[in-house]
Amino acid sequence: MQEILDTFFNPAVAVQVLPMLLSGLWMTVKLAALIIPLGLLGGLALALAHTQTRSRKVRIAINLYVDFFRSFPQLVLVIFVSFATPFIGIELSPVVALAISFMLSTSAYYCEILRAGITAIPAGQTEAARSTGMSATQTLRHVVLPQAFRNVLPDLLGNSIEIFKGTSLASVLGMSELLYSAQSAQSVLFNPTPLVLAAAIYLALLWPAVRFISALESSRRAQGG
Amino acid sequence: MSQAADSGLIHTFFNADIVRQTSPMVMEAVGQTIAIGVLVIVAGILLGTALATWRFHTQSRVLRALIVGYVDVLRAMPPLVILILVYFALPYVNISIGSVLATFLCLSVILSAFIEECVWSGIMTLPKGQMEAARSTGMSWWQSMRHVILPQALRLSLPQITNRCIAAIKNTALGSVIGFAEILGSAQAASSDYANPTPLTLCAILYIGLIYPLVLASRYLEHRAGIR
Repeated sequence: MQEILDTFFNPAVAVQVLPMLLSGLWMTVKLAALIIPLGLLGGLALALAHTQTRSRKVRIAINLYVDFFRSFPQLVLVIFVSFATPFIGIELSPVVALAISFMLSTSAYYCEILRAGITAIPAGQTEAARSTGMSATQTLRHVVLPQAFRNVLPDLLGNSIEIFKGTSLASVLGMSELLYSAQSAQSVLFNPTPLVLAAAIYLALLWPAVRFISALESSRRAQGG
Repeated sequence: MSQAADSGLIHTFFNADIVRQTSPMVMEAVGQTIAIGVLVIVAGILLGTALATWRFHTQSRVLRALIVGYVDVLRAMPPLVILILVYFALPYVNISIGSVLATFLCLSVILSAFIEECVWSGIMTLPKGQMEAARSTGMSWWQSMRHVILPQALRLSLPQITNRCIAAIKNTALGSVIGFAEILGSAQAASSDYANPTPLTLCAILYIGLIYPLVLASRYLEHRAGIR
């Protein structure tokens, strides 16, 4: 038992690596703060284009985009963008490569969620708002979007958690976020405590969010919605 | 100029010679990815459904809390972190498992957590009267579960289950990080051997070919669920 504790939960190692892991965590948080808004804005733009256009072609093109990027494993996209672009003479820094690849795929997911939210608002709402004299943009901004966002909030949060977890892929590009810092500490100290600690940090950060979504979903179920 | 640039791009990203030379290796990896993907889905659905059934059956609050805890922990941790933890930390206590087995175990367990959540929410959506009516016909609890509750719960949550299974197949690519030569891993190896990105392009095309039909199927299921 003592041996297991010394191996996986070694306090001396934990204290030694904690500053390094916390700076890794800071990098993780910065990456998430960059990537989540980019994906959300991209997804909102796509969802608005999809729901507001009269052109079938635009809708088909957006559907193709969404399904295409939903079919790509995130890691494949990250590796492709960062390792294939240098062959055509474009050197992207890891942050930019990561941001581009995440933006491509997360905007597809956010688009799906927001589109479902927008189309679920009855057309009568828009017609009523327009008949009060609001412009199409005002109607979207003050009537449709606030309700749509509220209705799909659990899905939006769930997707954002997935993206936060996805920032761990940055370790593959050698960016010193939380997972990468833990891995380097583990290989220097020959002890897996940093990995356990990193997992515990992810858990401490995301567990409340996961719980919140579950509670939100079951309260909506109880209301029959 | 533009034609020269085009043929240059194709020469770089989809070089026919390199496709010929590396495709046997990458195609073998497709088999590995499909095999692991199918095993993970079967194990994840079975375990997840069993956990949801257990959570519904048990009267013990402790057991219920344990199942919810299991689900929450696995939903809150990044799959790559779990995979690296299992693969690099267990050898310190002299348990070493291969990269294929580690990928299978981690992804199955993660999928089971998400499936539990889907099936549970399906069970909760059903009216309580369903179980009572089934029991009053003389069926046992297990018979009612098997013939009445679970078939409906699984059908209700089918779109979400499909999406989680797609995510599980996509996550097999994480195996490349611990040295599992699935599609991405073998494509990366081939790409650095030949100093050319063609195997990566091939890898991207293969994933699209594998997963795009599943995405379309899930879209169809969501559409059908929306109509009902």
